[in-house]
Amino acid sequence: MENQWFTISVYSENQVGLLNRISGIFLKRHINVESLNVSKSEIEGISKFTIVVNTTEDWTRHIVSQIEKQIEVIKAFYHTDDETIYQESALFKIGSHLLFDERQIQNIIKDSHAQIVTVSREFFVLAKTGRRHEIDQMYHELEPFGIMQFVRSGRIAVTKAEMPISALLAEFQQA
Amino acid sequence: MEPVKELKKQQTQEKALKITGAEAIIHCLLAEGVNTLYGYPGGAIMPVYDELYKFRDQLHHVLTRHEQGAVHAAQGFARASGRVGVAIATSGPGATNLVTGLADAQIDSTPVVCITGQVPRHLLGSDAFQETDIIGISTPVTKWNYQITRAEEIPEILAKAFYIARSGRPGPVLVDITKNAQFDSLDFTYKPCKGVRSYKPVPQPDLAAIEAAAHLINQAKKPYIVFGQGIILGKAEAELKAFVEKSGIPAAWTILGLSALDSDHPLNVGMVGMHGNYGPNVLTNECDLLLAIGMRFDDRVTGNLATYAKQAKVIHFEIDPAEVNKNVKVDLALLGNAKETLALLLPKIEKKSHGAWLGEFHKKYEEEYEAVIRRDMKPDKPGLTMAEVIAEINKATDHNAIIVTDVGQHQMVACRYAKFRQSKSNITSGGLGTMGFALPAAIGAKMGAMDREVIAIAGDGGYQMNIQELGTIFQTRTPVKIVVLNNDFLGMVRQWQELFFDKRYASTVMTNPDFVKIAEGYHIKACRVSERADLAGAVAEMIACPDAYFLEVKVEKEDNVFPMIPSGASVSDIRLK
Repeated sequence: MENQWFTISVYSENQVGLLNRISGIFLKRHINVESLNVSKSEIEGISKFTIVVNTTEDWTRHIVSQIEKQIEVIKAFYHTDDETIYQESALFKIGSHLLFDERQIQNIIKDSHAQIVTVSREFFVLAKTGRRHEIDQMYHELEPFGIMQFVRSGRIAVTKAEMPISALLAEFQQA
Repeated sequence: MEPVKELKKQQTQEKALKITGAEAIIHCLLAEGVNTLYGYPGGAIMPVYDELYKFRDQLHHVLTRHEQGAVHAAQGFARASGRVGVAIATSGPGATNLVTGLADAQIDSTPVVCITGQVPRHLLGSDAFQETDIIGISTPVTKWNYQITRAEEIPEILAKAFYIARSGRPGPVLVDITKNAQFDSLDFTYKPCKGVRSYKPVPQPDLAAIEAAAHLINQAKKPYIVFGQGIILGKAEAELKAFVEKSGIPAAWTILGLSALDSDHPLNVGMVGMHGNYGPNVLTNECDLLLAIGMRFDDRVTGNLATYAKQAKVIHFEIDPAEVNKNVKVDLALLGNAKETLALLLPKIEKKSHGAWLGEFHKKYEEEYEAVIRRDMKPDKPGLTMAEVIAEINKATDHNAIIVTDVGQHQMVACRYAKFRQSKSNITSGGLGTMGFALPAAIGAKMGAMDREVIAIAGDGGYQMNIQELGTIFQTRTPVKIVVLNNDFLGMVRQWQELFFDKRYASTVMTNPDFVKIAEGYHIKACRVSERADLAGAVAEMIACPDAYFLEVKVEKEDNVFPMIPSGASVSDIRLK
């Protein structure tokens, strides 16, 4: 079975230590987490982990069932890239003088649909949201001019299909 | 009752008690029906020990000689009684000494609650004296863990801890309690936990899947059952027996399933796995339907997965959805408690007997008898075999004892030859293979089943890993029987060295102390046997003794355990020699 990209979505209670418990499941199986994002979800008080891995579907299924087994986890899903709408965000901090010295930078900003978040005398900050390859491309275009700082977020994703968490929670509460 | 009176009664019942966190812990334990716990005091848990002193009439605290002894005793208690075992320790080394037992309980699904003291909240993260991150350390080896830093959290969290430990697939829970939370006061009321909204312990049986299973079973020509500890944990012994008898299907067991079905039941065909019986292993690859009930296809059971039961349809009866398709891809999963699933399935299956198929197991048994069992039981050399000792114990206890084994050759021999009529009678470290398990686990087992004869059987290696617990036996006067099968070797590793490492006996030779003198040092009656003629008498004397008793049997030094599936080989390539 071939390695593929999978996005694992975990709905859970918001509890100290759960991140450690979930990351341990990957550690135990020597699987690298490519990206991780934790945020609130569409349900009040329920957190959502978005974890990206590159491995086989068998392993992914196995990991998801181990994650789901954790007491505070309500449900975990996995999806291929085709089944999700996903993005990442990046920030680029660049010297302000380059805006005037290097005209090409203005074209890069325009073509990449990046946003200028702030501008000061010393530096300006660009925000770019998109697919990994778009951010990588922008990085490569800006790199020759000098990037003072760069950071990229983990993937965030929503699925094309429904994730029936509210119904599950209601069912759990009845049981 | 009048409404006013009723209300008053409710008010009194719900009136909160203002007590310290430490006292609250005791009340929680009592409310959960705990009467015995195992532990070792130390700085960060002292407020709780102070309360244990006050409540010593209601709660029996057993001072073990090491925290590892405490957690194994709690495991033994849980395995023999079917109740939650409790261990308690201080922070730092006290807590880290529990880790092996937690890992053991996790892999063998044993319900245990461990309570550890922790440095006060304001010192957390400061590398204070005896501070260790036991939550971080224990996370991979617990079903759940939690750090309490405020006294008010104690009742709810401990209720949740017991609920999680015993519900669904049981497991160990660790609750770490900072010292300030033990000292501070709270308004105490206790409500047992009835559920956790994100946790569904037992999946609902799928009736369509049960119909499908019944169809497969009724069609099968060579069906075969392999059952595991799920029968014992699910209290499904009667349902299994009824199912086996109506279906006429030969049933084998994993090491942790042992004792769930009477050893002498005509359809009990023996043990699967690396040192299991010949027929149950070989015929795994000849059956047409494999019913795996409450077992998890451990690698020691399956051997090479690529050649495991490929010809058969496989039905997995399993409470933990994460186990389904984990190791063996199955054709049908029956999720749920085996007790419920088997009861639903029973009326849907036809009454049958599979005489010819069962006969194949008998034929294979004959082969195994000629090649292995006869030699084990009636050796033609002077040295005693481990099997002879087990046979004597069977005779002396009439198959009614609880046998607690350690890890290694003696464990395999005991599981192969010990006979049982009652469930929860075989207590061993199966998944983790923890040497040093037997002695402390036997203490807990005896306290969990005071009316049963409890016999710890260990090798000379594992015995010395927790030999300090003789002190606990002596102090508590717990009448456990201890048998050490001494070959002056780490026998199982030596066997592998003989078979696979050209007899290079690297660090497996043991220069042992005088075990009899050591036992006598703890005022435990002790005896050593090295001659066949003395064996039966010595075992009989041990069983007749109303107190603790230590028996060392000097056995043949370089005997091997057979049959054996070499590591990575197929179940059908099991070796008889």
